[in-house]
Amino acid sequence: MLRTFRIGGIHPPENKLSAGKKITALAAPKQVMIPLSQHIGAPAQAIVKKGDVVKAGTLIAKAGGFVSANIHASVSGTVNKIDNILDASGYKRPAIFIDVAGDEWEESIDRSETLIKACTLTSKEIVDKIAAAGIVGLGGATFPTQVKLSPPPGSKAEVVIINAVECEPYLTSDHELMLEKGEEILVGVTLLMKAVNVTKAVIGIENNKPDAIKHLQTLAAGYAGIEIMPLKVQYPQGGEKQLIDAVIRQQVKSGALPISAGAVVQNVGTAFAVYEAVQKNKPLFERVVTVTGKAVASPSNFKVRVGTPIQQLIDAAGGLPENTGKIIGGGPMMGKALVSAEVPVTKGSSGVLLLTREESVRKPSHDCIRCAKCVHVCPMGLNPAYLMKYTAYQEWDAAEANWIQDCIECGSCSYTCPANRPLLDQIRLGKGKVMGIIRARKS
Amino acid sequence: MILIAVISLGAIGVIAAVLLYAASKKFEVYEDPRIAQVQDVLPAANCGGCGFPGCAGFAAACVKADSLDGLLCPVGGSAVMGQVASILGLEASAADPMVAVVRCNGTCQARPRTNQYDGVKSCAIASSLYGGETGCSFGCLGHGDCEVACPFDAIHVNPETGLPEVIEEKCTACGACVKACPKMIIELRKKGPKSRRIFVSCINKDKGGVAKKACANACIGCGKCFKECAFEAITIVNNLAYIDYTKCRLCRKCVAVCPTGAIHELNFPPRKEAAPKPEGAPKAAPAAKAAAEKPVAKPAAEAKQEAQPAAAPKVKAAPAPETKSVAEVKTEAQTAPAAKPEVQTVPAAEVKPEAEAAPTTETKPAAATEEKTNTEETNQK
Repeated sequence: MLRTFRIGGIHPPENKLSAGKKITALAAPKQVMIPLSQHIGAPAQAIVKKGDVVKAGTLIAKAGGFVSANIHASVSGTVNKIDNILDASGYKRPAIFIDVAGDEWEESIDRSETLIKACTLTSKEIVDKIAAAGIVGLGGATFPTQVKLSPPPGSKAEVVIINAVECEPYLTSDHELMLEKGEEILVGVTLLMKAVNVTKAVIGIENNKPDAIKHLQTLAAGYAGIEIMPLKVQYPQGGEKQLIDAVIRQQVKSGALPISAGAVVQNVGTAFAVYEAVQKNKPLFERVVTVTGKAVASPSNFKVRVGTPIQQLIDAAGGLPENTGKIIGGGPMMGKALVSAEVPVTKGSSGVLLLTREESVRKPSHDCIRCAKCVHVCPMGLNPAYLMKYTAYQEWDAAEANWIQDCIECGSCSYTCPANRPLLDQIRLGKGKVMGIIRARKS
Repeated sequence: MILIAVISLGAIGVIAAVLLYAASKKFEVYEDPRIAQVQDVLPAANCGGCGFPGCAGFAAACVKADSLDGLLCPVGGSAVMGQVASILGLEASAADPMVAVVRCNGTCQARPRTNQYDGVKSCAIASSLYGGETGCSFGCLGHGDCEVACPFDAIHVNPETGLPEVIEEKCTACGACVKACPKMIIELRKKGPKSRRIFVSCINKDKGGVAKKACANACIGCGKCFKECAFEAITIVNNLAYIDYTKCRLCRKCVAVCPTGAIHELNFPPRKEAAPKPEGAPKAAPAAKAAAEKPVAKPAAEAKQEAQPAAAPKVKAAPAPETKSVAEVKTEAQTAPAAKPEVQTVPAAEVKPEAEAAPTTETKPAAATEEKTNTEETNQK
């Protein structure tokens, strides 16, 4: 019997159309736009100006606070300007424009393919290198990795959990990465274990990727302390708290960090980025992005430089299908519709999903029939129907008392609602308000 | 038997009455009788515009306070405050009557759509997800949170322009719409003599070129009004002009020089023939032409623009800006190669295909779906 998390969950159609498609590197575009805010936390501070010549890997923006990340040039060329661009949601945020010329990398970066296993650095040095490389959680939340690897005083990590479940339908970027860069990932996991001083790591993979499980299991025999754990397919298993529950059978308390359960959770893509940063001195400036959709001519997995406009990815996958209704950044469950295809790929872009017009239309919403399906599927054990009501009636006390701030915004409730009620839309709004109230009370 | 029952029940009644009386004396909460009196003269709208929880809360605050400074019932205005003052024997603080103004004039024509939102029809939710359906991420979303919030039925979204319009006679300046608007577009401003007001009807802080591209009626921060103003009432911060209503003397010179028509004047009498030349004359011709092509516009209002404004106090856009906006749409249509002249006939549906042809790929490219989903949105509502 395979493990999974114990509360709620759904199993939407997997639609992994781009599974088995080799990762192909996409040529750098003519111009890249690198947003200064690609992570949770304070935006980075630009340290280049117009006319500066940069190489791929040059630091162009420094972390703007403790929870923030460095940003590096993804191409070589000249800085054109620092200006506001549209981000995925239509708001304007500052970004660095670089006109591409050639493809020169910083000399310190080791561009060879040879695997380097040995690492003599101390845990502090590893974390510093990760911070310098600007690595953030590549699963989509983009939380700066070095912060996660520095547990607050008094807490001790016992296990590193690697999130390789890729529970979002359609997306296959992690899957392909595991198949092609298995050894590198395992070295990256070893580095992460060393960084937090633990001897045990578990890589959780959903069993709809049997080839990846098998591949990593064979390789893991050569690495001490790494276990590959196949998991039952269930969305949202990639949620941090859900994965901890699935893998080590511990529930993280409301408001507590995963470290309280002794776990440090990292995405498999992050593990690979850690390998590249520590062993190859390569900062995070490119990532694997899945371009997929039912109407897409050739769903693919691309290795893309950060700052490449999404349009280029779509063109490379066979162009924008005639009846595209929405372009989603990310997966279908938690991704967001983009306002324009000109927005750039960021560190957190795991996929680009082109929905057809029929798929993208929202069905009309009806009254709640109290079927409690949303309660049944909520992976956090909440009552979405009530939380939606509390938000609609602005009863923030009741919303807080019913743990609205624990919502992980997975969208299982909206997905499952037979009356098509916009549960998550309302709850997300209410969560924001309640978080604001809680913050105001604390300060 | 009957006698025993009557006596015992009577005795219980007497004892209970004594206990209740004693309890009511013992636990009596003294309430100033003036609170009830004040509450009686308040409008009982319980709108919260005064900043207190309902009229009872406000009444209690008034009675408690030593002076009425800073306490104002925006609904009742100075009349009610005068009554309150006479009950309490205090001086009523003089307050200028205020009114809500909508600081966005990005009509459907002026602000071409660049994408389409088909989520919940609520500005709060939409703004938590997106910058809006147009290139302007500051402007009105048009889902009508202000309309829902208004307890006086004084603000309504005009389906033609997609913008809310304030009915001045009904507006009490309670501020419910100001709080409800997630974009902070609505502002309470001094009503002004004879309800005459001048304000910048835009809050776009983008650079001029960017703002103009997103919306023909946007304030581009050019500074012409700033230079024109003799009373230092206008400031320009972050590419956006703002008129301080405490300093504005309503000379209307800024309205005349504004190149995009972002400065609106309300309830002014028609300008004299001599005055309007700088802004009226050059635009009269294109405006008339545009009006002919535009079925929604009333040709009379457009052509005889000078005569109309005072007659219709509810019209948000004063005539000068309106004609300007049309003129701007026209010039935009000329510059954009793909745009056709019919752009003005059915704004939303026609602008779409043009945008689709352009390299910026749309989230919702075709006009057909748009109409379809639009109906769905209405259903949802």
